[in-house]
Amino acid sequence: MGRIQLKNVTKSFGDVQVIPPLDLTIEDGEFAVFVGPSGCGKSTLLRMIAGLEDLTSGEIEIDGAIATQVPPAQRGLAMVFQSYALYPHMSVRKNIGFPLRMAKMAQPEIDQRVETAAKSLNLMDYLDRKPADLSGGQRQRVAIGRAIVREPAAFLFDEPLSNLDAALRVGMRLEIGELHERLQTTMIYVTHDQVEAMTMANKIVVLRAGVIEQVGSPLHLYHRPQNEFVAGFIGSPKMNFVTGTEAEKHGAATIGIRPEHTVVSMSKGSWKGRVGVAEHLGSDTFIHVHDTGVADMVTVRVSGDIAVKHGDTVYLTPQADQIHKFDAQGLRL
Amino acid sequence: MAIVAKSSRFSQFGRPVLAWGVGLMFFFPIFWMVLTSFKTDADAVKPEHLIWFTPTFENYLNMTENYDYWRFAKNSVITAVLATAFTLCVGIPCAYAMAFNPSRSTKDVLMWMLSTKMLPAAAVLYPMTFITKSAGLFDTHFLIILVLSLINLPIVVWMLFTYFKEIPKDIIEAGQMDGVNTWGEIKEILIPLAWGGIASTALLCFIFCWNEAYWTVRLTTTDAATLSKLIEGNRAPEGLFFGRLSAVSAAAVGPIVVLGWFCQKQLVQGLTFGAVK
Ligand SMILES: Nc1ncnc2c1ncn2[C@@H]1O[C@H](COP(=O)(O)OP(=O)(O)OP(=O)(O)O)[C@@H](O)[C@H]1O
Ligand SMILES: [Mg+2]
Repeated sequence: MGRIQLKNVTKSFGDVQVIPPLDLTIEDGEFAVFVGPSGCGKSTLLRMIAGLEDLTSGEIEIDGAIATQVPPAQRGLAMVFQSYALYPHMSVRKNIGFPLRMAKMAQPEIDQRVETAAKSLNLMDYLDRKPADLSGGQRQRVAIGRAIVREPAAFLFDEPLSNLDAALRVGMRLEIGELHERLQTTMIYVTHDQVEAMTMANKIVVLRAGVIEQVGSPLHLYHRPQNEFVAGFIGSPKMNFVTGTEAEKHGAATIGIRPEHTVVSMSKGSWKGRVGVAEHLGSDTFIHVHDTGVADMVTVRVSGDIAVKHGDTVYLTPQADQIHKFDAQGLRL
Repeated sequence: MAIVAKSSRFSQFGRPVLAWGVGLMFFFPIFWMVLTSFKTDADAVKPEHLIWFTPTFENYLNMTENYDYWRFAKNSVITAVLATAFTLCVGIPCAYAMAFNPSRSTKDVLMWMLSTKMLPAAAVLYPMTFITKSAGLFDTHFLIILVLSLINLPIVVWMLFTYFKEIPKDIIEAGQMDGVNTWGEIKEILIPLAWGGIASTALLCFIFCWNEAYWTVRLTTTDAATLSKLIEGNRAPEGLFFGRLSAVSAAAVGPIVVLGWFCQKQLVQGLTFGAVK
């Protein structure tokens, strides 16, 4: 079981309040992802759940019991750190078995559990090595192994993949996803990687300056962002925002159109512009269009076989049913 | 041709010469002391016997037979070992707390601890003598161990603090998540990780304790007297017996020189506060 509830939680460092009062519930078995710009308080929130950071006020409940004053070790949560935080003086076997030894489990049972975890993480060949002799991906797997042997109520991940190269990141992302499918344990995952958030989460929590901007499933956030911030934050490349008369036509202060919801034509359309940079990714091309008169730059996403080059004149037409409308305060209309 | 840094003439020849020069300069007094310790008291003051003399073991034999060298040596070992152990027992938890749970005033406390070293020892000589005598602690092992510990505690805490600071906080926090208590954090994580630093600190502390003379000479008479006291005692009022004095001194610093020789690496690391790996 791992239902985690934050009630009216705040956090200040000295006089600076980094988390204003915040309520959040993460249901048992959920995969919740915290996203938001750097410095918005994602790690702080996670560390408060872990018990590594004291709350300034408010309560944390784990499975209905108040855990605010419970020390980290007794909360039954396991954490995977960005830096892996393995014990450098212990072998992989000792590292994975450490939490069990601390729980005073019998040695044969520790050995057996370590083996099981190591098998599922492909670490059997490395059990007697020290962390320094492992690659980044292997170290991360050891860190995950150390977390899973405890059978925690929930896993906490703080940007666990950000030190890995792109290919490994994709691989580990899948592994963590599979782990969640297999264990069905609550996971809370901090990242600022769009793709990780969209692909892994059941529930995305978008934070800005310690405030929850929106909570919802990835597709919900994509299709119905509650405000301009979420609209701009979720989706890659970023949504285009248009203000002024063009927006007023739709009865809004600002309208937002995603790059993939704009039709590009060489002959006719609503907005005429000049191609700046065209990024050819193979499958897709991102075209940055200037001088449209509606915004500094409009980014559009077209299929990879459309040939455009720097300086070409193009016409853009937003898909009418995919226009997001926001009022002057940035709230969705 | 690729452009590479040229080593200057100085670094090729000058530097080794300079290094050897400085090294010999520091080594010479010790060498002279050892040399003199094999001379008779009469030979020791004669310039013509500076290098050429008939070596004798008389001074050393005299020392163990008449002055009870081994008792002083035993006291030195007991007080230095126990004082070092005590200092570490207090210093490790203290430095741990300051390194991983700093408060607003941790920096100030560290500065204050160091500032206690600035007090001239002579300023408290009379109160110390008076108090310890009336408390019945004068000339006891307990007192010497306590004094040596207190003298060295600031520097030990400073050194340990800088070593502990190098341990990533994440690892300690991972330990907390994995269920260690405070004692476990120290035993399972801190001590194994900072082992090198703790060893150099202990070594240095031991040497400081061994060499301490101001208090050990003044707060002891016989029971707790250390080798420093033995040297001091041989500075006889009827004139200086250089041969005898040198032998006593050589026997007093001998153990520490040997220890230092074998632990050079740790010592350098300790003295540079871990900056040199
Ligand atoms: N120990 C601390 N003392 C003072 N301020 C802190 C402390 N830890 C974090 N902060 C501040 O709290 C805010 C939130 O920090 P936090 O580390 O939670 O951000 P984050 O969302 O995890 O950012 P990133 O994506 O860069 O990791 C930041 O403004 C940071 O400067
Ligand atoms: Mg962070």
